[in-house]
Amino acid sequence: MLRLTKVNKYYQVGTHSLHVLRDVDFEVADGEFVAIMGASGSGKSTLLNILGILDDYDSGEYRLGDTVIKNLSESKGAAYRNKFIGFVFQSFNLLPFKTALENVALPLYYQGVTRRKRNQIAGQYLERVGLRDWADHTPSEMSGGQKQRVAIARALIGKPRLILADEPTGALDSETSKQIMDLLSEINRSGITVLVVTHDPEVAARTQRTIRLRDGKVVGAHEASASNPGMAAAT
Amino acid sequence: MLVALVKLLALGLGLSIVGVVLWLVFALLRIVWVSAIQWRDLFSIDRWTEVLVTIGRSKLRTALTMISVSWGIFVLVALLGLGNGLDNGMKKNFARDATNGVWISANKTSQAYGGYDVGRKLMFENADYERARKVDGIEYIAGQHFIRGQRWGSSLVTKRGAKANSFSLDAVHPEAIRLQSHSIAAGRFITTGDIQQTRKAAVIGQTVSHFLFEGANPIGEWIEIGSVPFQVVGVFSDPGGAEEERRIYIPISTAQLAFNGGEKVGMLQFTVGDASPEETERIIEQVKGQLADRYNFDPNDRQAVRVQNNIEQFERFRKLFWMISAFIVVIGLGTLAAGVVGVSNIMMIAVKERTKEIGVRKALGATPNSIIFMIIQEAVFLTGVAGLFGLAAGVACTELIGYLELTDFIHNPAIDIKVGIGATLFLVVAGALAGYFPARAAAKVNPIHALRDQ
Repeated sequence: MLRLTKVNKYYQVGTHSLHVLRDVDFEVADGEFVAIMGASGSGKSTLLNILGILDDYDSGEYRLGDTVIKNLSESKGAAYRNKFIGFVFQSFNLLPFKTALENVALPLYYQGVTRRKRNQIAGQYLERVGLRDWADHTPSEMSGGQKQRVAIARALIGKPRLILADEPTGALDSETSKQIMDLLSEINRSGITVLVVTHDPEVAARTQRTIRLRDGKVVGAHEASASNPGMAAAT
Repeated sequence: MLVALVKLLALGLGLSIVGVVLWLVFALLRIVWVSAIQWRDLFSIDRWTEVLVTIGRSKLRTALTMISVSWGIFVLVALLGLGNGLDNGMKKNFARDATNGVWISANKTSQAYGGYDVGRKLMFENADYERARKVDGIEYIAGQHFIRGQRWGSSLVTKRGAKANSFSLDAVHPEAIRLQSHSIAAGRFITTGDIQQTRKAAVIGQTVSHFLFEGANPIGEWIEIGSVPFQVVGVFSDPGGAEEERRIYIPISTAQLAFNGGEKVGMLQFTVGDASPEETERIIEQVKGQLADRYNFDPNDRQAVRVQNNIEQFERFRKLFWMISAFIVVIGLGTLAAGVVGVSNIMMIAVKERTKEIGVRKALGATPNSIIFMIIQEAVFLTGVAGLFGLAAGVACTELIGYLELTDFIHNPAIDIKVGIGATLFLVVAGALAGYFPARAAAKVNPIHALRDQ
């Protein structure tokens, strides 16, 4: 599915060059459910940027499917994002002035799908996350869990091969978190690769495998989450 | 040293202006390019709904911005209209007489010359008219005889039956009509034949005709001017109105003969075609020179003959009005520019506020061009709607001024459709430019930073 080979990323801070990612090297197979863990400052968000084609890297290689993602133009990057990747965010990031249906349909707008068609498809995806009846409600009328479901439906509508979830349960209570993780698992079972960035061991435990980042480096073996839950490997 | 400094400053200023212009041109090209890619968004219901919703989300801010743009375009249009009105007013005022006319009339000397004392009264003769005719550059020329020495109007009573009144009486050569904006409503004007045969022919203005004939056809009828019978051969009208039509023209030769005028000519009047003010000056000097030779006065004596020159006056007025108009346009454009910069500012703030939303859009696959076009679309919509309000208000204002006819100086101040279309286009371009810079800022939004930002 995706493969990072010795990816390095530097940030220029004044005259200093900050080495944010150091020879990051890992692979995610098709249909895997993987957690990326790490404390803040470990390079998690940078890695997420790169995986989501929102940022470029300095050396190494990032391969998404058969494509090497390197030095893409902004519009090409946007096209790949639109086609391959679905994003799920901690704070949902639904557009407040649009209804649930319109929010879900938005990626199709950028694919140039006609209004009638995309609203119809968006309805199906809302159905899939169990929110058909909420189609005409705006985000402000919904609970956190519902909003995240809408966001997941929106991430799915472009038929991505990869879902990048950035702290998807960060703003939710534990019961709702569980439901959202159930939904992500279900999506994963349908064949879509899911990558969750989190610092919550319980979330990581629900995935098949955890990649740990520390000071920009991948640390430890790519241990199976179930046999090694919690933060033990971080030390 | 100082000169070098000034030169350096001028160079710097020039370069920075060129820089700004190039920058704007570049921005415009980019906008055109983005529009060529994103034109579909113009026909997207969703996009327009979004634009309306976004603009509607901060009503007060939107209203304030729109007022500033409206005000700018209003001031521009109203001032342009006023400028137009001044221009038309001037043209109308000058339309009463030929704009290229020159009047030279005999007066009193103010300088002793050639053995003659100061204060000598001068009078021209028919021979002077014949001589002046031959001057190069003169297009049409006529002499005028002042009946019984009365320069302005005449105390001669014009009578027809029981009706009698005093009208202005001009005894002239045929080409005198070329210096007026009269048009012949019936019959003809004075002809060379009239002059040669000293016919008792009269051409009367419409006011005169109405007074004496009360609607009946005056052509061929006889009237009495100073108890001399004249036959009406023509009626004229004038755009200057009734006051200009209170006149009677008779052949100069007839007047000289009938009213004991000898060979006297009180004034020479001529047009100079499309001669420049300088050429006109030369022609006037030549005619004056002939007269100075003949009557022994100092050619530099400014009192001996009076010269009234429409061209100089017209040019002076035109320059003045041109400067007023230019000034007006600069002020209007300045006001408008302030409004447009206001739009740019507001959009900048809006973009800052919407960083998150833009981040979401980018993460969902919006291209930078689509983001840029979205912001530009909003800006153009905002300026466009506000501008059209201002345009309508401005046009209404000029129409009102035109309708009220406040002063003679302003006539028909309406701006023409080309200016309206131009202003609208200008608004669209200005709106696009106003939106471009915030849009570029929006396109640079890093989605992850925007989305992490709580």
